[in-house]
Amino acid sequence: MAGFDKVVSTYDQALSGLRDGMTVMVGGFGLCGIPEGLIDKMVEMGVKNLTCISNNAGVDGFGLGKLLAKRQIKTMIGSYVGENALFEELLLSGQMEVILTPQGTLAEKIRAGGAGIPAFYTATGYGTPVAEGKPTAVFDGRPYVLERSLTADFALVKAYKADRMGNLIYRKTARNFNPMIATAGKITVAEVEEIVEPGALDPDHVQTPGIFVRRVIKGKFEKRIEQRTVKK
Amino acid sequence: MALSREQLAQRIAQELKDGYYVNLGIGIPTLVANYIPAGMQVMLQSENGLLGMGEFPTDDKVDPDLINAGKQTVTAVTGASYFSSAESFAMIRGGHVDLTVLGAFEVDQAGNLASWMIPGKLVKGMGGAMDLVAGARNIIVAMQHANKKGESKVLQKCTLPLTGVNCVTQVVTDLATLRLKDGAFHLLERAPGVSVDEIKKLTEANLVIPSNVPEMKV
Repeated sequence: MAGFDKVVSTYDQALSGLRDGMTVMVGGFGLCGIPEGLIDKMVEMGVKNLTCISNNAGVDGFGLGKLLAKRQIKTMIGSYVGENALFEELLLSGQMEVILTPQGTLAEKIRAGGAGIPAFYTATGYGTPVAEGKPTAVFDGRPYVLERSLTADFALVKAYKADRMGNLIYRKTARNFNPMIATAGKITVAEVEEIVEPGALDPDHVQTPGIFVRRVIKGKFEKRIEQRTVKK
Repeated sequence: MALSREQLAQRIAQELKDGYYVNLGIGIPTLVANYIPAGMQVMLQSENGLLGMGEFPTDDKVDPDLINAGKQTVTAVTGASYFSSAESFAMIRGGHVDLTVLGAFEVDQAGNLASWMIPGKLVKGMGGAMDLVAGARNIIVAMQHANKKGESKVLQKCTLPLTGVNCVTQVVTDLATLRLKDGAFHLLERAPGVSVDEIKKLTEANLVIPSNVPEMKV
């Protein structure tokens, strides 16, 4: 199985080849399902002028918020700023280019990119600032906006389990953007909680087939919770 | 008296129907989940990848891998499913969600809605809102009728960057229930104790007032 063993043992190997100015997609929704160790490694490497594609940009001091703090991101493509004060400040002051993209359009741009589709039409955003400068067309009486797809130099995802061949399984809502992002990178790196031997995952349960994944690393996760809400 | 946030959620819950798949936005819309009528089955869709969102977990059941679109820890009901963001928005954009409830900064009589930024001041990002308003068959906007300065948020024309065009059909505010028809808001109900004149004063949009405007039941 030598040729299909995707497992690497160090973060240096996991992100080997990542350089300044590259485009990096990062899975996760808020802090849920983010490749924590790979993000920390990007901070340690000090790679700069990144174009970062991720639904959110972490929070102050955690997840992609760490890359924001070090000003390693030149352009951020995401859908939600929310309560991330530093993200909002960098955006409003123009210190970082931000391309706000509707969440479903972002998911589809990445899905399409990974699937070899260069562009698609969606009704989302028609008549709003996100449609400015983009071609439109009417189908069955309804106007649509033409959106370009997205790919990346590196795609960093978080999965629950991987086998050594890179087949991935996600857990609950930590799946989110990860399956699409896994398909859209020239080099896809999966940081996972557990690595098992080939055959241990039921092929019917594999959510990302190993063909999309170049490297697998066993990570360590804090899994910080943004809004801990409990029933009283 | 203007409705409290809870009363507003209660009023919107009256629009739910048995067997509905419903997406509730962040803020007041989330509270609607607390007032689903007894005996009625409604499946809540959370656009981060959960259909069948349940209540908040007890302390020992908190799972960082299980959150809603507001990033709150939640549970999943019996019959729930998890899926990717692409599949989630296939449900939303594809018109499979029966009802969407979301907040707004402003709405206008052309059915436009603004909810994601105030230029120079505040940027929340649109998240899934633009997809939700483009895809939903049935949208209810839950909002305050006027801002803290007493300026109407129900307008002839939105002043802020738009989230969607020609998508609003029903608006429930702390003062009134409004239905948009032929370029004007029709006043269907008023909050208990709120006069038609008060609503008129705080509505900048064209307002059609029938001879009898009943009070909401909350």
